[in-house]
This record gives sequence, C-alpha cells and structure tokens, in this order.
Amino acid sequence: MTELHFPWLGLAILIPFVGSALVGRLRDADRGRNWSLVFCGATLVCATGAWLDFALLEVPEADERGNVLSGLFGTDLLVVDQLSAPLLPMTALIYALTAIATVRTKVRRFSFGWTLASEAIAMATFSCKHPWVLIVLLAAGVIPPHLELRARGKPTRVHVLHMTAFVVLLVLGQVLVDREAGQRSHSFWAVAPLLGAVLVRSGIVPFHCWMADMFEHATFGTALLRVTPMVGAYAAFRLLLPIAPDEVLHVLGWISLVTAAYASGMALVQREARRFFCYLFLSQSALVLVGLGTVVSPEGHLDVPGMIPPGAAEISAIGLTGALCVWLSVGLALTGLGLTLRALEARRGRLSMVEFQGLYEHTPNLAMCFALTGLASVGFPGTFGFVGTEILIDGAVEAFPYDIGIAVVIAAAINGIAIVQAYFRIFTGTRYASSVSLLIRARERYAVLGLAALILLGGLNPQPGVASRFAAAEELLRQRAALAADAPSHADRHASRDASDNR
Amino acid sequence: MTHEQQELLIQVLGLAVVIAPAVMVLCVGLPTLLGRPLAEQTTARILQSAIAAGLAASLAILALMLSLGTRHVPIELGNWVVITDYHFSIKFVFDRLSVPFVIFSFILCGVIGAFANRYMHRERGYNRFFVFYAVFVLGMVVTALAGTIETLFAGWELVGLSSALLVAFYHDRPAPVRNGLRVWVVYRISDAALLIAAVVMHHLTGEGDFDKLTGLTSGGFWPEGTAQLDAPHALAVGLLLLDAAAAKSALVPFSGWLPRAMEGPTPSSAVFYGALSVHLGAFLLLRVSPILDVSPTLSASVVCVGLVTAIFAAFAARVQTDIKSALSFASLTQVGIIVTEIGLGLRYIALIHIISHGFLRTLQFVRAPTLLLDYRNMENAIGSSLPRLSGSWERLIPARFRSWFYRLALERGYLDAWLADWIVHPVIRAFQWCDAMERRWTTFLAGSRAEGSDRFGPSTEPGDDLA
Repeated sequence: MTELHFPWLGLAILIPFVGSALVGRLRDADRGRNWSLVFCGATLVCATGAWLDFALLEVPEADERGNVLSGLFGTDLLVVDQLSAPLLPMTALIYALTAIATVRTKVRRFSFGWTLASEAIAMATFSCKHPWVLIVLLAAGVIPPHLELRARGKPTRVHVLHMTAFVVLLVLGQVLVDREAGQRSHSFWAVAPLLGAVLVRSGIVPFHCWMADMFEHATFGTALLRVTPMVGAYAAFRLLLPIAPDEVLHVLGWISLVTAAYASGMALVQREARRFFCYLFLSQSALVLVGLGTVVSPEGHLDVPGMIPPGAAEISAIGLTGALCVWLSVGLALTGLGLTLRALEARRGRLSMVEFQGLYEHTPNLAMCFALTGLASVGFPGTFGFVGTEILIDGAVEAFPYDIGIAVVIAAAINGIAIVQAYFRIFTGTRYASSVSLLIRARERYAVLGLAALILLGGLNPQPGVASRFAAAEELLRQRAALAADAPSHADRHASRDASDNR
Repeated sequence: MTHEQQELLIQVLGLAVVIAPAVMVLCVGLPTLLGRPLAEQTTARILQSAIAAGLAASLAILALMLSLGTRHVPIELGNWVVITDYHFSIKFVFDRLSVPFVIFSFILCGVIGAFANRYMHRERGYNRFFVFYAVFVLGMVVTALAGTIETLFAGWELVGLSSALLVAFYHDRPAPVRNGLRVWVVYRISDAALLIAAVVMHHLTGEGDFDKLTGLTSGGFWPEGTAQLDAPHALAVGLLLLDAAAAKSALVPFSGWLPRAMEGPTPSSAVFYGALSVHLGAFLLLRVSPILDVSPTLSASVVCVGLVTAIFAAFAARVQTDIKSALSFASLTQVGIIVTEIGLGLRYIALIHIISHGFLRTLQFVRAPTLLLDYRNMENAIGSSLPRLSGSWERLIPARFRSWFYRLALERGYLDAWLADWIVHPVIRAFQWCDAMERRWTTFLAGSRAEGSDRFGPSTEPGDDLA
C-alpha cells in the first residue's frame, strides 16, 4: 500500500491526545481554552495535510507504515482512503470551530480537556478500517460525554442504556460475522446485530431518545460534537456496507427514511431550540443512511439467482454519492446552525420556541447565519447540500419505488418549513429589551462565517466535491464486490454440503 | 460583423443578463453578511446599475434576435455536476417566451426598486429589504431564462424565500410573521412538487432539459414542438407541474395565502403579487406547454383549475374590505383566466395577457396607499360623493341567500379553514402526541424530567402559525 509523505494521521491523533492530558491539568479555564485552540488548530492542519497528501498520491488508499501502532498490531492500522479523506479535516474543523466559538461565559462549563480526548478518539476512528480496532474506538467514544454528564450531575441512565446496547451489539455482530468468515454472503442474523448497533448510534427511530436526552442534559457544545461528525454512519460504511446482504441495507434504508420523515415532523412541533436542532439533525442525518439502502449488488440478491437489475452498479454509485455529499453538507451546515444556536443560548439561556424572542435587531448577523446554514442543511439552491440532495433523490428513485424519492423530498420540504418557523420564533417579534450588548463576538463571527463560506463555495462549484464523493462511492462498491467475489457463496456452501451428505 | 461574431456577442450579452443580478446580490448581500451594510445611496446605485445593465443586455439580445431572425438562443454553461450518466447542466434559453418575460421583469423591478428606494427611506429594515429584493430579482431572471428544470428550480426557490421573508418584513408584529410562514409553507409545497417533477423528468428522459422534454431539439421553437413523452407520462409530469404552478400562483385550492402576502411593504406586494411572482405558475405552464398538447386530460385539468380560480377570485374580490386584498383577488381572477388560456392552447395571448396585466396591476398596487386621497380629489372634482356601484350579479341571488354568499366570499370559500381543520391540525396534533409520548418514555428511562425543555409549555393552539 502507498505511504503518505508525512505521518499526518498519527499526529492528528497524537496532538489532541497530548493536548487533552495537558489542558485537563490546567486550573485556569481561559488558559485551557487558549491552549485547546492551539491543539485543535494543529490537529486541523494535520488532518488537512493528510487529505491533501492523499489527494496528491492519487491512489485508492494510503497508510502510515512507520507508525508505532501499526507495528504493534502488525497491520495497516491508520489508513486514509477516498471515504475518510475529507471526513478527517471536516471533523477537525468541527472541533476547532466549536472551541473557537465558545464564549468566555461558558468556558468553565465546557470541558476542553475531554473535548480534546474525544477529538483524538474521533480522528482515530476516521483513520481506522480494521473492524475490531474500530469497534474499540467506537466504544471508547462513548466515554467522554458520559463522564461530562456525570460531572455535571445530570441523569446518565438513558445514555448508558443506549450506549451499552450499542457496544454489545457491535461486539456480538462482529463475533457472528467472524464466525461466518470466508463466506461470500453473510446471513441476515449474523449482520442484524451490527445493523442494530448502527441504528442505535445513528439515533434512528425508535432508538433516538438518547440523542434528545444528550441535547437536554449535556452542554450544547458536547452534544454538537457527539453527533455532527456522524460516527454512526461511518460505522455503517465500514462494518456493514462491505459484508451486508442487500436486504439488510434495504431495511436500513427504509428505517432511515421513516426516521427522516418522522423527525422532520417532530422538528416542526418542538418548543425549545435544542430539541428542535436535535430532530432536524436526526432527519437530515438519516438521509445519509437512506443512501446506503440504494446499494444493489450487481448479481442482484446473492441467494436468488436471476435477480440482476439492469445498471445496478450505476444506481448504487449515484445513491451512495448522494449520501456521501449529504454527509459533508449536513455535517458542515448543521454545525454552523448548532454554533449559531449555541451563541444565542449563551446570551439568552435556553431558547423557547413558543413565543417570539425578538432577537433580530440585537444579532442580525446570527440571524443571517441561522437562515443560511439552516437552509443549506436542507439543500437550498446555491449551497453544497442542493446537489447532494438532488443526487440522493435521483439514486433513491432509481433503486426504490417512486414513493421513496418522494418521501425524501417531503422530509426536506418539512425541514425547510421547520427552519423558517424556528427563524421566525427566535429572531422576530417585539424587540427583546436587554441591558447588555448581545452583538456577535469576533470569534463567533469567524467560526460561523467560515462555515458559511465553505457551504456557499461548495454550492457554487460542487463538481470537485461531488467527483471526490463519487470516487469514494465507487471504491466502496468495488471493495464490497471484491469481498463477495473472494469467497464461496452461501448457496454454493449449502450445495457442496448437500452433495457431500448425499455421497 | 460575421455570423460567428454575432453569435459570440449574443452569448456575451446573454451571460450579462444573468451575471448582472448575481453581482447585485453579491454586492448587497456580502457586506450585510459581514456585518457592514451599505449606505442607502450606495445600495440604490448598485440596484439601479445592475438592473439597467441586465435590461440593456436583454434589449440588445432582442434587437439582435430580431435582426438575425433567430428565435431560439441557448446559452449552455456546461455541466455543473457530471458523474457517469448523471449530469446537472446549467443552461439558459432566449426565445419568444423568455425574452419578453425577462424584459418585463427587469422593467418592473427597476421601476419598483426606484420607488422602494424612496418608500423605504430611513426605514430600519432598508438594507434587509434590498437584500431580499436583490435575491428576488436574481430568482426571477434565473427562472425566466432557465433552460433546464434544475436551473428553474434554483430560481423558483430564491423567489419563494425572498417573498416569504418580505411578507414578514415588519417582523415586530406577529401577524406579518405568521403570514410570511404561511406563504413559505405553500411555496414549499410548490417546491416539493417541482422537485419531484424534476426527478420524474430525469427518470423518463435522462435529463431535465426543457428543449428535449418539449421536443424543441428537432427544429421547432417555442411554443411549437412535440413532447417526447407518451400521454400517461405527460399527465404524471404535467400534474406535478400544475401542482407546483397552482401553489406558486395561488390557484385553487392554494389561494388563501395571496391576501395574507399583502402584509409586506407595498413595493414588494406590487411587484411580487401584482406582477411577477403571481404569474410564475402561468409562466411554468407556458414553458412546458408542449406537454399539455400530448394529454387532453392534462389540458382539461389546467382549464378547470384556471376557471375555478377565476370564478372564485372574482367572487371573493367583490367583498374585500381593504384595497390590497381586493387588488390581490383581482390579480388572481386574471391569473385564473391566463391559466385557462394556456389550457386552451392560446399561448401567445396568455403571454401578452401576463405582461399587460402585470404592468396595470403594479400601477394599481403602487397607487393603493393614496387611494383615499385619489377618491377625495375625484369627489372634489365632481362636487359630490362618488356613486356607489353595485353589480347586476347581486340582484340575481335570492335575498335570503345573499348574506350566506357574502359570508362565503368574505371567508374566501373557507379554503383556509378547511385545509387547517382537515390537514394541518391533525398532523400537528399527531406529532405533538408523539412528542409527549417520547418525553414520557425518556423521563421513565432517565428517572427524572427534562428540566431544560419541559418548562416551555405547549402553545395553546397546535400549528397556529402554520394554519
């Protein structure tokens, strides 16, 4: 495998890890914030370096063989490929912007030490393809938010119950899959626990309550960082997509579609801004998994010969490309929206959406950023999400009946209504009387405008982004096809077993 | 000038028509986003220059097309996105439909922009008004010139968003905000129908090019051409497009939002709901008119929707008690007639009707705030009160039914109440019930209530903003 020119990946994990140890020991919260900005910035530089280095190599996959961890495990542990290359800088950017946009009044409440620890775990997760190591990292990722909830004296039971189920299902699923190693297709029941784990971690209905609970009880920053990188979707792409039979992916697609529609309706009736954000995120992030449901094996159903849909490879690639584009656009846009809400909350406390708050005249910039990022997340024209959503709908219509594509459109339409309703509730109404200035601070402005610029530039020139996501989709489908081709099929194994029994 | 040079000139001018409003949005919007809004004078100059440049370029194209005898000039900016067979192209078309419509849009936007510059002088939201106005102009130009359904969709959404935000312009009061949200909800229905139509078109023809869909690639020019769809597919795509058009142009059963949209500033009401926005649905039907020829059922549906709207609006307009609502229903009556003309195949008459009606209605809207002054001047001139005219229709209705009809017209056929009671409220109540169940479930699992969000009680009326 081709090696990167510089150990970017190792550094992108090591820097926040070391930063976490150092910042966690500082007693002065302001110094802690400043140091965490340095570590987050350095991590962002390394993650971007890994992405650019990988792009220059023009190979499907690159690793860091000189890495100590790789030596220990005897395998290419840290890998960057078409799927993870842009996810690394995106995740680092989300962490950096969240740290930058943390206002001084909140620095004591927001734990920078644990944030850096969780960034290190997230970077390691997105650099890893090995199933068992990935499972360990996914399990480790649940610890920092849990510790924060405990430290704040908030109820942890909902989080513990769901995350325990997530980890148990992950381990059980991988054990069952390993037991069927060498088979061309895995049985539904072997893959089902992995499917369950993905549903829980991605907050798919009816396993989504932990996400609303997280937004309710954790700090907004922690909740935002817990969900926006979409680690659950990454687990689906790494653990499920390569081995899952088509019907499992279809089940995932259907359930995700129901989630997208249900959560969009729920976003419409929320009376508090955090919960509104949570359901909006649930609805939009579920669309990424809808894209997984469009995957159709070139051979059709592996156990039912003769079901070969025409142009199956193209359908899958287009649906997956749409899902990967939506992943990036939703990740960036909803981070921007979340940071805007967090900035507003820092000024007004929990935001009611029952009455009109009248904040426009105080913070016109935040109002514009709210509208821009919110509409970008639902694929408004001129933003990167527009093309991604269109491609996803096109892929969904090709793979499923028309109603699926229509359901995606309806979910996006309802989310658009929910966003404008929230905008009106928060920013319009009789002007809020405040004795202090509520104007946006420079750091918040840089964070939100930076994201807005990315969203708009990606929307005006989407081809590079879409082409890169198409390459990633093709590579994922190639890997899936290669795994299926390497091993004898379920049916073949049964046939050979029957033949030997007859003999 | 050689033929190639003339072609090149048309291409450059065509690009200028689109780029001028795009630059205007950038110049007015970017400083606002950065927290440094421009001064009133600078904003007005940018607006005037951009619209004048766009208008001059479109007039030049018209002159060139007339002199060269060209009836169809496509400007292809290439594929915006291309992956395998899927491509998303940006294409603008100058033809007998788009050129008059874009000139009409530029003239009205320019005149009303100049009017608004004085009308909104020193208003607190002056800059906000012109940011939305610039987005609207860009949306109109993109929609008018769109050569593919995706390009049209982009312009369509920009028009919808700017319209809704301008209806809610006076956002200190709840009523304009609620009405703005109502407009947005209906526009989202329109957007969804259009997007689904785009996807179906992609699915059936492999792309969203209007020329290919309406058979203009084989040498015909608008409004000629034979759609490349069979009757059932034409009916399916056509009904989706009719739905999109109905919501955008406030045709029955979506008419309820039009009088509500009058909450916005008078200049935007004039240009949006008197002239441009309200005719966009009819414009869409004109653009895809060859599809109507394929399916008689579709044409009949268009005629029915148009006729019902015209009758309903004429009926409701007679009892409105404020001038802007009366004008909005008068507009709607004409839009209904225009849609009927399109369904009957009278394409050029419909186009001429749109343009002439737009100019007349905009003038009436702009004069609306001085109506009482006008009446007083007229009364002074004739030396007595103005005669109270009553139509002959009233006399045809039996006396005992008159108050019932009056109430029906005043309540706009109870369309809004029906939609609210049968669609919006049940859906909202269902989701509120789900929300309450989820809260109970989470409280049960957590062992404690969610203090943060539970303290905000539910609103008294479910979905009162939406319905």
